[in-house]
Amino acid sequence: MKSRFSAVIPGSAAPDAAAPVTQRNVPNRGGPANPSAADLQNRFGSAIKRVDVIWGETIVYVDPAAVKEIIQWLHDDPAQRYDYLSDVTAVEYRDLERLLEVVWHVRSLPYRRFLRIKAELRKDRPLEVDSVWSIYKGADWLERECYDMFGIKFKGHPDLRRILMWEQYREGYPLRKDFPLRGRFSRAEQLRQALSANPEARYSMEELSIAEAFEDLPEDMRNRLRGGERTGE
Amino acid sequence: MATLKRTVEVALGTSGIDRSGRAVRSPLTVTENGGVSTLEPPPPIEPQLEGEHMLINIGPQHPATHGVLRLVLELDGETVVRCIPHVGYLHCGFEKIGEYRQYNQIIPWTDREDYLNSIGNNVAFALGAERLFGIDVTPRCVVLRVIAMELSRIISHLVWLGTTCIDIGAFTPFLWSFEQRENVYKLLEDWVGARLTTSATRVGGMAADIPNGWMENLNFFIRNFPKTIDEVDRMLTRNAIWVGRTVGIGAMTGEEAVNYGLSGPMVRASGVAFDVRRDFPYLDYETYDFDVPVGSHGDVYDRYLVRVEELRQSVRILEQAAKRLPDGPVNIDDHRVILPPKSKAMSDMESMIHHFKQVMEGARPPLGESYVAVESPKGEKGYYMVSDGTGKPVRWRIRPPSFVNLSAISKMVEGHLLSDVIAINASIDIVMGEIDR
Repeated sequence: MKSRFSAVIPGSAAPDAAAPVTQRNVPNRGGPANPSAADLQNRFGSAIKRVDVIWGETIVYVDPAAVKEIIQWLHDDPAQRYDYLSDVTAVEYRDLERLLEVVWHVRSLPYRRFLRIKAELRKDRPLEVDSVWSIYKGADWLERECYDMFGIKFKGHPDLRRILMWEQYREGYPLRKDFPLRGRFSRAEQLRQALSANPEARYSMEELSIAEAFEDLPEDMRNRLRGGERTGE
Repeated sequence: MATLKRTVEVALGTSGIDRSGRAVRSPLTVTENGGVSTLEPPPPIEPQLEGEHMLINIGPQHPATHGVLRLVLELDGETVVRCIPHVGYLHCGFEKIGEYRQYNQIIPWTDREDYLNSIGNNVAFALGAERLFGIDVTPRCVVLRVIAMELSRIISHLVWLGTTCIDIGAFTPFLWSFEQRENVYKLLEDWVGARLTTSATRVGGMAADIPNGWMENLNFFIRNFPKTIDEVDRMLTRNAIWVGRTVGIGAMTGEEAVNYGLSGPMVRASGVAFDVRRDFPYLDYETYDFDVPVGSHGDVYDRYLVRVEELRQSVRILEQAAKRLPDGPVNIDDHRVILPPKSKAMSDMESMIHHFKQVMEGARPPLGESYVAVESPKGEKGYYMVSDGTGKPVRWRIRPPSFVNLSAISKMVEGHLLSDVIAINASIDIVMGEIDR
């Protein structure tokens, strides 16, 4: 039975990629940076704000307006080939003066590199940044979650709506530091909302527009659907 | 002569099986709209039935969705035109709660996200926190953690195997795999005192060393477990029903799988040998001799083959780890991070101060952040932690492999039949606790 697997190959990385080892005795600051960071500085100049190496992980702070261009280059350039998006998330600090950071974790599978890209957003402006959905399809749900939890709008995302919280959720963005641990509404109000929700009977207008049920909808709802409206936002 | 032959040998020439008994696979073809399909083009639809699409709701309370997943499907006859998944029914705000907990207090929460891999999550979280603290654990602890991770991979794959068999219509492998799973849970119970919610690690070590005689039990398991894998293999791999339900279903090419961020067996079934243990090693995985199984078609059948082979590879790693387990302490000798033993805390002044400070304030990492990814049974599981120098993280982020894998379901089920949706959903190996967190 074992012979059924012929395609056991040792890795997808390029032959000249550095042989990986478990990291030990990593310094807090400094140490060798990911070579892509220097390449980024050469290529983009002032759009790269600064490069930090913390615990051996390279962090590149970039201009929020240039994020998409930079990630596109990292993805396309044959010397970089960051083809895998691990994560999209955000960090808000307890110090409310500090900027809100959007974080992308990207990997280059052929060269076995890992890079953290950060863009700092000012809180007094609309929280907006370009979506990388057109580069990595895996960004779809990750960006939706980030929007759901932090209220960051990803421009160019095809379907940016809440994912973990329900679409009618009105309390705000749960992972923001000004959001209390227990939520904004009283327990009674939260309970009332939970009991009134009937998840199996709830369809978005988009879903209803699929069905024959469309014909049974009230006239005004049909008109809103024809106009392309969706529930939620 | 063999006394009991429990396998179901299918007659040669059954559809889906070639003369040598192997599954017939057609190569991946690219369809007109750029998608990939191994399916034959559908026969022309009867014109009088055209145009009437149906809305079908599966879940959130449906056994085949493996938790509280809800899929809203647009069907043309029995063919899926569009799939709109809904998640979030199990959302508990783990990441928010983590910002109000000390690092060691977060470990019980990691049990409860991917609850089939709880001890693996404990190890992953401890690795992330230790990088944030700048700690290297003892050699004995490293090997014990490898054993823990591979045992939890075996548990998770066995549950996947059993439940997927039930979904697709085979009951027996479910019983066989759950019997072995119970054996692993017995091992874990002997070690840490709990079966499912283990909370086995601490920042800087483990909650407990293994008890006397535990390694003999582990070696007994290592010797006996491969028999079950072979039995399941004989039962399913050439089974006409199994092959018919899985071959060519939900196929993704390697490029697509990487672009969609799939990881774990999902991406390896598509032919991409991305394994965090191999490519971004931790816990000295580069010193273990194991293979990364890779599929070639990226369909449900290949995902099954990859997972079964991973069970065998896990046994190989366990064998090597059991041989090399060194003696020595499990916890590091730094009582600013790990609690001093209770006897010392009651008799030694300095230990008592450390004990008090840790319980009241928690251990404090320096300023910084860390992202440590491990190869969980579902894929790349990462913990991203940001510290501002206090005893509680500013941000604790879980990179959930099931979440990203599930996001590709709309793409995978398109054009397949309604019954295939169940097989594809099962093949992703989702755990809703991890997706909703």
